[in-house]
Amino acid sequence: MSVHILDTAIQSSQELRSTYAETLGELIAENKKIVALEADLMGAIKTKSVQDAYPNNFVNCGIMEANMVGVASGLSVRGFTPFMHTFGPFATRRCFDQLFLSIGYSKLTLKVIGSDAGVSAAHNGGTHMPFEDLGLARLIPNSTVLEMSDHIMFKDILKQVSSLPGLHYIRMVRKAMDQLYREDSTFEIGKGIVLRDGSDCTIIATGIMLIEAIKARELLASEGISAAVIDMFTIKPIDQKLLIEYAKKTKLLVTAENHNIIGGLGSSVLEALALEQVRVARVGVLDRFGQVGTQDFLQEEYNLTALDIVKAVKENL
Amino acid sequence: MSTFSNEIRLETLKMLKTRGFGHLGGSMSIVDTLAVLYRDIMKIDPSNPSWSERDYLVLSKGHAGPALYATLALKGYFDLSLLQTLNNNGTSLPSHCDRLLTPGIDMTTGSLGQGISSAVGIAKALKIENKPNRVFTIIGDGELDEGQCYEALMFSYHHKLDNLIVFVDENKLQLDGYTVDILDQKNITEKIASFGFHTVKVDGHNEEKIKEAIINAMNTKHVPSCIVLDTVKAKGVKAFEGDIGNHHIRFSKQQEIIIDEVIKQLEEALK
Ligand SMILES: Cc1ncc(C[n+]2csc(CCOP(=O)(O)OP(=O)(O)O)c2C)c(N)n1
Ligand SMILES: [Mg+2]
Repeated sequence: MSVHILDTAIQSSQELRSTYAETLGELIAENKKIVALEADLMGAIKTKSVQDAYPNNFVNCGIMEANMVGVASGLSVRGFTPFMHTFGPFATRRCFDQLFLSIGYSKLTLKVIGSDAGVSAAHNGGTHMPFEDLGLARLIPNSTVLEMSDHIMFKDILKQVSSLPGLHYIRMVRKAMDQLYREDSTFEIGKGIVLRDGSDCTIIATGIMLIEAIKARELLASEGISAAVIDMFTIKPIDQKLLIEYAKKTKLLVTAENHNIIGGLGSSVLEALALEQVRVARVGVLDRFGQVGTQDFLQEEYNLTALDIVKAVKENL
Repeated sequence: MSTFSNEIRLETLKMLKTRGFGHLGGSMSIVDTLAVLYRDIMKIDPSNPSWSERDYLVLSKGHAGPALYATLALKGYFDLSLLQTLNNNGTSLPSHCDRLLTPGIDMTTGSLGQGISSAVGIAKALKIENKPNRVFTIIGDGELDEGQCYEALMFSYHHKLDNLIVFVDENKLQLDGYTVDILDQKNITEKIASFGFHTVKVDGHNEEKIKEAIINAMNTKHVPSCIVLDTVKAKGVKAFEGDIGNHHIRFSKQQEIIIDEVIKQLEEALK
């Protein structure tokens, strides 16, 4: 396992949905025990190529998320490794009891890809905009909960989870993200990554908030504040050791997430540090529902920008 | 096509074109039903959208919001110019219907399968209250994949909700393609009839037939009714009709020209 961090993030044109389709195809080519499930959103995640190439390992169930999870549990009973995709809210809220009992409680295997993380749902609006999916997924005992930082990580994680048992919830945006890691990076689930080091405060971020955290770090540097940035792509189990290290090393921790501050990254960090002497501020959605708009507009509307992180640092340092 | 349905189609296309993308197919397939409901059937007061004596419409396939917004604007619930704000930042006309944002929208929908249950709940409430208001709900044929729809159907029959009319927009397509290829629903009309519903199938683009079916349904006592609408997805835009990719379109230059032409034709027809 080794992560190679790019000194400066690169604007990439590789959409994560294409990474999903490509990687899924490669995995199925090698392992016919993998079955990919869709609920009439194949078009949105571009997996038609996988269906065409491996019709026997691909099921577009129709619009029935709860039944899809149940079907996945049955596939798992027979030793298959099901991957399923739908939009984040439908991958968690719409089928929560099925995930909880038929997969989690029954100790079966399912890899859930929840797309359109938070405000990236943009014009699909409030009904389709998950600010709670990580929280829900986290509440299932023994689940592993991940949010993807770029397409390099996504590809590696997809490969890794394909041979792991249990329930993994993988949150992603469908479009391209800035590339943070070199192509040959491999990631350790459960280990946070110090993306940039610093000594005054630490910004702990996931997903689209990583690039905001890096921008915030630059803004803070220009004011003489040194900030570390940690990519906490595994929200559960969270890297408590790294958190404690930076709680000691820096004076303030700030979490930044494209999710309700209740239930997701911010909550996980607070829980992990409950017994430590540390100050933690949370940047994220303040217990609100989503709405339609461009992603830029929504990031401002829900306080998900570099400036919001800077503000949280300066108010609390 | 009547004047009203032409107007709805025109306004729907104009708003989608302004925004540059949207759920064209499923909006266009329900226009004729909306025209009949809002012109001839529903007891409403556009100046008082929350009038408690009104009839209700729950657009369970909430992604077809644009067609309903156009209808509501034409009925005077709000100014036609508002239609041009579809999906703008801070808009009151979001891609999926929202009861808190838009005058005349009776229920928030967008997660398929949920609207029909809410409609059933409104119908049950009216029964408890002993009120004569009616409830109409429109669901998609793809939406029928959701098991919740069948729970709602069973509930409606058991509770004798004869104040409820369920429309199924059978346009034979869902997001990823033909419904028969993705999940074969077999015969929707027979299936829903077997739940105990008074069920008929009509040409969903023939307003006379739709109206007749609704009146018959309203006169049917003790059981809920279902009208299966035999429709063409994207009806009215020939180039997109029945096309597998017409669910949500982000218009290319060429497609914009197509839309412009249809807009021109509709404007001519309405002169
Ligand atoms: C629970 C849920 N799952 C998935 C979606 C995404 N989605 C929106 S529309 C659609 C297809 C709907 O097909 P249909 O009901 O036939 O609608 P129509 O053809 O009338 O547009 C899908 C899968 C959703 N909105 N809700
Ligand atoms: Mg349909």
